[in-house]
Amino acid sequence: MITELGHFALILAFLVAIVQSVVPLIGAAKRWPGWMSFAEPAAIIQFLLVGFSFWVLVWAFVTSDFSLRIVVENSHSAKPMLYKISGTWGNHEGSMLLWVLIVSLFGAMAAVFGGGLPPTLKARVLAVQSAIAVAFFAFILFTSNPFDRLIVAPFDGRDLNPLLQDPGLAFHPPFLYLGYVGLSMAFSFAVAALIEGRVDAAWGRWVRPWTLAAWIFLTIGIALGSWWAYYELGWGGFWFWDPVENASFMPWLLAAALLHSAIVVEKREALKSWTILLAIIAFGFSLIGTFIVRSGLLTSVHAFANDPERGVFILFILVIFIGGALTLFAARAQAMEAKGVFGMVSRESALVLNNVLLAVSCFVVFFGTMWPMVAEMAFDRKLSVGAPFFNAAFTPFMIALGIAMPVGAMLPWKRGKIGKAAFSLRYAFVLAVALALLVWVMQTERSALGPIGLFLGAWITFGAIVDLWSRTGRKGSFQRLFRLPGADWGKAVAHTGMGVTMFAIAGLTAWEVEDIRVAQPGQPFEVGQFTLTLEDVRNVEGPNYFSTTADVLVQQDGRTIGTLHPEKRDYPVARMPTTEAAIDYRFLRDLYVVIGDQQADGGWVMRTYIKPLANWIWGGCILMALGGLLSLSDRRFRVAAGARKAPAGGVPAE
Amino acid sequence: MKRLVLIFALIASPLFAVQPDEVLDDPVLEQRARDLSTGLRCLVCRNESIDESNAELARDLRLLLRERLVAGDTDKQAIAFIVDRYGEYVLLKPTVAGSNLMLWLAGPIMLLIAAAVGWSFLRKRSQAQPAGGNDALSEAEKERLRQILEE
Repeated sequence: MITELGHFALILAFLVAIVQSVVPLIGAAKRWPGWMSFAEPAAIIQFLLVGFSFWVLVWAFVTSDFSLRIVVENSHSAKPMLYKISGTWGNHEGSMLLWVLIVSLFGAMAAVFGGGLPPTLKARVLAVQSAIAVAFFAFILFTSNPFDRLIVAPFDGRDLNPLLQDPGLAFHPPFLYLGYVGLSMAFSFAVAALIEGRVDAAWGRWVRPWTLAAWIFLTIGIALGSWWAYYELGWGGFWFWDPVENASFMPWLLAAALLHSAIVVEKREALKSWTILLAIIAFGFSLIGTFIVRSGLLTSVHAFANDPERGVFILFILVIFIGGALTLFAARAQAMEAKGVFGMVSRESALVLNNVLLAVSCFVVFFGTMWPMVAEMAFDRKLSVGAPFFNAAFTPFMIALGIAMPVGAMLPWKRGKIGKAAFSLRYAFVLAVALALLVWVMQTERSALGPIGLFLGAWITFGAIVDLWSRTGRKGSFQRLFRLPGADWGKAVAHTGMGVTMFAIAGLTAWEVEDIRVAQPGQPFEVGQFTLTLEDVRNVEGPNYFSTTADVLVQQDGRTIGTLHPEKRDYPVARMPTTEAAIDYRFLRDLYVVIGDQQADGGWVMRTYIKPLANWIWGGCILMALGGLLSLSDRRFRVAAGARKAPAGGVPAE
Repeated sequence: MKRLVLIFALIASPLFAVQPDEVLDDPVLEQRARDLSTGLRCLVCRNESIDESNAELARDLRLLLRERLVAGDTDKQAIAFIVDRYGEYVLLKPTVAGSNLMLWLAGPIMLLIAAAVGWSFLRKRSQAQPAGGNDALSEAEKERLRQILEE
């Protein structure tokens, strides 16, 4: 019964969305306030309806209602509660419902917090946002309905893919979707501004928080996915340049470019048409990402339930929205002339360089991802484009970005001198070079990768510190340091995070130690500075799996560090085995142990890795997200947004 | 569905990628084999190199590669041997030849275009007249300002 209510609420939300995407647009064109203000309650009602519908689906999973097709296909009564809930979005239908839920969540948030927006712009933004929702409602209701019933309900389900039964992956999709869909807000603002025919500083200020939020969610979502791959897949890889990873990485790169170019619009009223274009393309890449995952067009380790027919539907949505928006852009872009005047060397030009590097690096990833398909169709060559290509073609852009970042961040607006910025960074540069040289001398093998990574990381980090310090005035003062606006702190922290991640990736790649052997129980062996002993291998029964668990004693210099328990698991319902690596997380390095099959002589295959700086990769991502949050907390956003509502004299004098 | 399960089983199977019995005695040769195998695709897997993969076929390829190296092949010859038998699909890093040139040059060419566009934009901005006249409000804006003030 409740399932039918959820289904009904979804259809109702679809209808509300259709009306919401038409009425406010007409209202804005004709300046009818009543029609325009229809958008706000509609956005909220639409969100409440989808929210209810999503809650019903969660409920069906929680109570294991096996009369629903997707519950049977993706759940099992013995599954732990967390994964029953996360199973809701661990499948195609549920994840699309989550997608549309987030679209309408952002719409409702714009309706609630958009008090400071001009009424016509607000009506148009909400209408465009709702049009996106309409497309996905139709997609769900006509091709992938999560509320499909089975005529005969089985006694139990087929269980969720065991790889997905993991805390990291339970939250990976929602964060990624919040990011993907957050970009729909930037898209809606861009299209609304094109219809409106004007883009000004205020527009830049309204768009930036949404882009920033989307970028933060994407950062967290990608980091969670990569962390999951690190500990779950069994050899500690953290990034594979898989088409689906690229699908989430491309919007991330463009969102990073967009939030930088929106600063130029906000502060200097330049780069307007580029920013609009970027907003459209960024959301386009979100849709392409969905298309890649859902269509199974490109082979990928992530391709769960996919189906070409659904892919065509999403391709259709992509063509209509992005094609439509680009046509509108072509017609209206001329109207947006730049106002600010600035020199060849200035913060503006540094941000242009940032955008060039980020956009082109995104293009490289896109071209590489699509090339196997293009080559097959156009040249009849069946080939692969894998990690070695991307490492070679993409990395130079990141190195260039890392070198330019501290200098660009120090340049003043309007007109600056490279020499002056470089001079204030001299200590940061010398220190970074010294550290890199020290490591170059200390390391045993002569690979330059580690030192280069350290140089970049240190250069960016010290550069961010110098930049922050320079904001406190000519002499610098600690008191002022903590009174700096959130945006300044956000910039320093996010840039530092980028540096930390770059250093960590280079360090891990350069200094990893690997050991593969057949370990005899009770016989110690050495890996790097550690002595490992396989003490025992036991059979353990989990809630919905059987496990072979090993006890591995780890010692260093005769001192016991601890016992690790790597596992092999077998999920009988899903008929799938998984590895559970045992990881000793440390600040500077991880010890990563995996157990394999028993050999004829009674020994067990064991793989041991020492992974230096592994935690730093995700530590850097956390710093980046934190920087974004700090920037989002800047009161200038709120003051601007609520400016009209603030009563005169209610603001304390500063 | 069955195929999917199978594919996942191959990916997730706790069998290791490189097995201890595959490892060559000569550490230099072994390192060469490892480096080469990260660039070769496991044909039945989804976007995995034979170094990472657990599939039987990947194991066969690893053994074949090591056989060739032990037989005295150079890196190039060993790779060519495998490409001859399995097609260029096995190469994770596409060759820099023929139509693949487009793939390799796309990035640099795009960078040049973007740099040129960015440069000309910056030049135009730096030579533009300070927007003194443009700061004045247009008629429509004046009208809107009046409306706001009246509100």
